[in-house]
Amino acid sequence: MANLVIAEHDNSELKSATLNAITAAAQIGGDIDVLVAGNGCAAAAESAAKVSGVGKVLLADAPVYEHQLAENLAPLIVSLAREYSHVVAPATTFGKNVMPRAAALLDVSQISDIAEVVSEDTFIRPIYAGNAMAKVQSSDPIKMITVRTTKFDASAETGGSAGVQAVDTTEDAGLADFLGQDLTQSERPELTTASIVVSGGRGMQSGENFMLLDKVADKLGAAVGASRAAVDAGFVPNDYQVGQTGKVVAPDLYIAVGISGAIQHLAGMKDSKVIVAINNDEEAPIFQVADFGLVEDLFKALPELEAELS
Amino acid sequence: MKVLVGVKRVLDAYVKARVKPDGSGVVTDNVKMSMNPFDEIAVEQALRFKEAGQVEEIVAVSIGPAKSEETIRTALAMGADRGILVEADAEIEPLAVAKVFKALVEKEQPELVLLGKQAIDDDCNQTGQMLAALLGWAQGTFISKIELGDGNVTVTREVDGGLERAQIKTPAVVTVDLRLNEPRYASLPNIMKAKKKPVDKTTPAELGVDATPRITTLEVQEPPPRAAGVKVASVAELVDKLRNEARVIG
Repeated sequence: MANLVIAEHDNSELKSATLNAITAAAQIGGDIDVLVAGNGCAAAAESAAKVSGVGKVLLADAPVYEHQLAENLAPLIVSLAREYSHVVAPATTFGKNVMPRAAALLDVSQISDIAEVVSEDTFIRPIYAGNAMAKVQSSDPIKMITVRTTKFDASAETGGSAGVQAVDTTEDAGLADFLGQDLTQSERPELTTASIVVSGGRGMQSGENFMLLDKVADKLGAAVGASRAAVDAGFVPNDYQVGQTGKVVAPDLYIAVGISGAIQHLAGMKDSKVIVAINNDEEAPIFQVADFGLVEDLFKALPELEAELS
Repeated sequence: MKVLVGVKRVLDAYVKARVKPDGSGVVTDNVKMSMNPFDEIAVEQALRFKEAGQVEEIVAVSIGPAKSEETIRTALAMGADRGILVEADAEIEPLAVAKVFKALVEKEQPELVLLGKQAIDDDCNQTGQMLAALLGWAQGTFISKIELGDGNVTVTREVDGGLERAQIKTPAVVTVDLRLNEPRYASLPNIMKAKKKPVDKTTPAELGVDATPRITTLEVQEPPPRAAGVKVASVAELVDKLRNEARVIG
């Protein structure tokens, strides 16, 4: 068996989700090669080579992969995949975008968002927003897999000494042009890797009121998230969204403030180790999953919490 | 321009999924079924293009059991022009769904296929990307904004770090995210009118698609439940518990 892990990176640094995908590959078993495709991405490839458990890094360094457009990246994955039994990527927007395109070109079905490796061909994955877990077995010769990163620990970033090997690059498909990006800049930890997350919902009432959450988050060194309701209402940008169709987080501590606890929100956070709910509606479903519930007006509770943490 | 829109019949978003006692799947009999919420957004977008005079015809496609015709009727009541029902009884995988769509695209020759980014039952998030691959078309996934150009489409994509903009060539496959629009409700007169709109019926086999599953579901289980928590009376008590009992803050 041999695994090809598709690295997510920004040409200079490896994204941490790649480390979770490498752990999933290690659990599947066999060799682990990592594909780093980008433009001027040798530094990311060097980082990948140092990750514990990696056997070889395949480097595809060309302008055509600069923005990792699926139309250009999928043919590269296809050109390499036939040497492998498993192709693994994190179930981030990057992995979700490119992997099914490569799978279809290989005429194999994809196993999305695995939460557990049972054996080399059998995996457990959440369905229905995590309200059910399906054990599925693939009969395809190549298993195309995306990995729910919160379910696999990150591999150690050091300890490996893999070689870096350049691979043949593919042509520009000429189908898509990258125009630009608008990435949220924040001093706070990244939502998906933070050990503490403070999230706000519709109860926050406005974007300005998220300041109250920010202050608590700063005291805790926490990331700030939001429910879909808060994002739809325009309080905060889309990348704050925790839930079935947003980000999946599993921090040590998740503090849900003014969030009712819709099924689709719970899907994104219920694997958190400790859940705190602050809500003035004691009937809110969020209290059913909370370890500690506080029935209180959030505009009173948040300043108190900030003061208590000082 | 002609647009093909995919509409899947799924367990209603507000119904809690219950696992069957024998572990064979999730209960879908005698529970409310609806159009996949992302697909409603795709239909709405097609309608807005039509209302703006940029699209002439909207064809709503559903692949699934015979009852999926209800989902097509919902799209027709919203304003789609006609429907195609591809009857498939077994749980059909995204790869096979993409192959069915490909066959329909070759027949219908649309310039744009609009799909939801994922269905809320299997949560796969694959079909649009697979269809684009099979057709050799560009893909615009998880979009929250779209503008039709001349021979291209400009999309804003919701990605983990924020937003990304790309211009993709048409014909193209676009998968929509939640914030693209607010889908309309069908009015009663339109629901009545929709009953008369044509819905063609076919099957994967008739379209020359082998829908044999590659993935077998061995077992479906409830996720492990969380232990019941406690209510605290004050912020001070909460912080004390987090510090000294759960030990998750310093």
